[in-house]
Amino acid sequence: MYTLTGLELKNPTILAAGILGTTGASLCRVACEGGAGAVVTKSIGPMPKTGHPNPSMVRLECGFLNAMGLPNPSYPGFLQELEIAKKDSGVPVIASIFGGTAAEFTEVAEGLLPGKPDAFELNVSCPHAEGYGAAVGTNPCLVEAITAAVKDVVNVPVWVKLSPNVSDITCIGTAAESGGADAVVAINTLKGMAIDIESGYPVLGNRSGGLSGKAVKPVAVKCVYDLYTALEIPIIGVGGVSSWQDAVEMMMAGASAVQIGSAVYDRVDIFSEISTGIEAFLQRKGYSNVKRLIGLSHEMV
Amino acid sequence: MLPLNATIVHITEESPSIRTFFFDLEFETMEPGQFVMVWIRGVDEVPMGLSRKNSITVQKVGEATSKLFELKEGDSFGLRGPFGKGFSLPSKGEKILIIAGGVGSAPLAPYADAACAVDSKVDTILGARSADDLIFEERFAAAGEVYVSTDDGSKGTKGFVTDILSRLDVLLYDRIAVCGPEIMMASVFRLLEDRKVLEKAEFSLHRYFKCGIGVCGACCIDRSGLRVCKDGPVFSGVQLLDSELGRYTRDASGRRVKI
Repeated sequence: MYTLTGLELKNPTILAAGILGTTGASLCRVACEGGAGAVVTKSIGPMPKTGHPNPSMVRLECGFLNAMGLPNPSYPGFLQELEIAKKDSGVPVIASIFGGTAAEFTEVAEGLLPGKPDAFELNVSCPHAEGYGAAVGTNPCLVEAITAAVKDVVNVPVWVKLSPNVSDITCIGTAAESGGADAVVAINTLKGMAIDIESGYPVLGNRSGGLSGKAVKPVAVKCVYDLYTALEIPIIGVGGVSSWQDAVEMMMAGASAVQIGSAVYDRVDIFSEISTGIEAFLQRKGYSNVKRLIGLSHEMV
Repeated sequence: MLPLNATIVHITEESPSIRTFFFDLEFETMEPGQFVMVWIRGVDEVPMGLSRKNSITVQKVGEATSKLFELKEGDSFGLRGPFGKGFSLPSKGEKILIIAGGVGSAPLAPYADAACAVDSKVDTILGARSADDLIFEERFAAAGEVYVSTDDGSKGTKGFVTDILSRLDVLLYDRIAVCGPEIMMASVFRLLEDRKVLEKAEFSLHRYFKCGIGVCGACCIDRSGLRVCKDGPVFSGVQLLDSELGRYTRDASGRRVKI
């Protein structure tokens, strides 16, 4: 057990938002059968959304491209799923939320409070939903205002998930910290697209989307590394983590924990595999606990 | 994988609302019951069970399938797959019962072909609204006995597949494979549960898919959390105990919708 923004985690692997997080039962499966130390829900907004037309996700050699379009049943529709996850998962459940304005963010956060989420993760970084996500998350003033507004209405930790599609991620991270964020999560997907050369059509229904998986890991490691230098609050590393080596690397860059998303494609129990691998690595290296890894590479000069 | 380009080489009218599209690709590794994501460019991408290594059999139900029905020989669409888990293949000499309703016959016809190829004995209960809507009767007949039911009595028993099923001795069969409308599958499920043979039955489920590759979670079923696109679409009867089968599904936003 160790503590992350006040939450007790049995291991530092967390299910990333938007992955296997539409239903309470699915979140429970990731926790119980998958071995995740905590789970983050699908991003929930103020109104039901069906998302973009398919294809909404394709696998490439180097990773995955997706443009789901924030499909979600809205906070009233998701409450029962959150309650199931809270009751049966046995791990902290973090509610990912989105909105177009600070008022929408607080409406969704307050609406989900009866489900007793252990923390909130603010999605200010989805790269392909008009008016939401990165549309607000690239503006440091908005990020600070939204973070502060949500902090005002909830009494659980608030994490802010950052977009890499900005010129300086530390500027947005600093804004989140100033707004009172308890942690930042880095990174969301990188803008990308693929074209079907037989027809000329972009493959994704939304034409373009976000890249995840192996290809983005070096980008994520650099973002985490820079944020570690700039911020006081913990950083949760996400982006292309699919092995315990990736997780250790992310932690050495400065991550206090890692989130895993696309890698569930290979196996749902990737979380236990990675946390077991980290434990074995700590033993082999003689490190007393996982905290020894966090930001280690910053000392190596 | 990015969608492969599939050119339509032949179209067969199976019934007034069901067509088979033969394409110029062969999925050699396809297991009966597996599906492909069919991309009608500029419109949508929808899952379809493979009715052969080189064909899909489609019922016109919505925007994407309507657009697909506008396509002619020589036109093309995108295909990704085959995906998911198919029906467990029969071993030599086993006795198989197939229960197919409507367009649910599509993924079961290649199963009958595969069973026939290993000398399994296959009995099929084939149901549809009327005689015109029965599909692949000849493929099932080539593998063994076919019992037909139609809602309007225009062919075979007037009624539902369960009216025939309730008269059969299900204990005689080694495997039971089921695909059809969910209301039908739920009735079959209850009957097989009563007869205590769920462990040898398999059901192919239909849910709204987004990613189709087991990552997004839009198609997870309660209470197991299993993904229809990757852990299914074919599930054993035991996996579906205490499940949402026959009670509700989810729309594209994830909201529960009563069946």
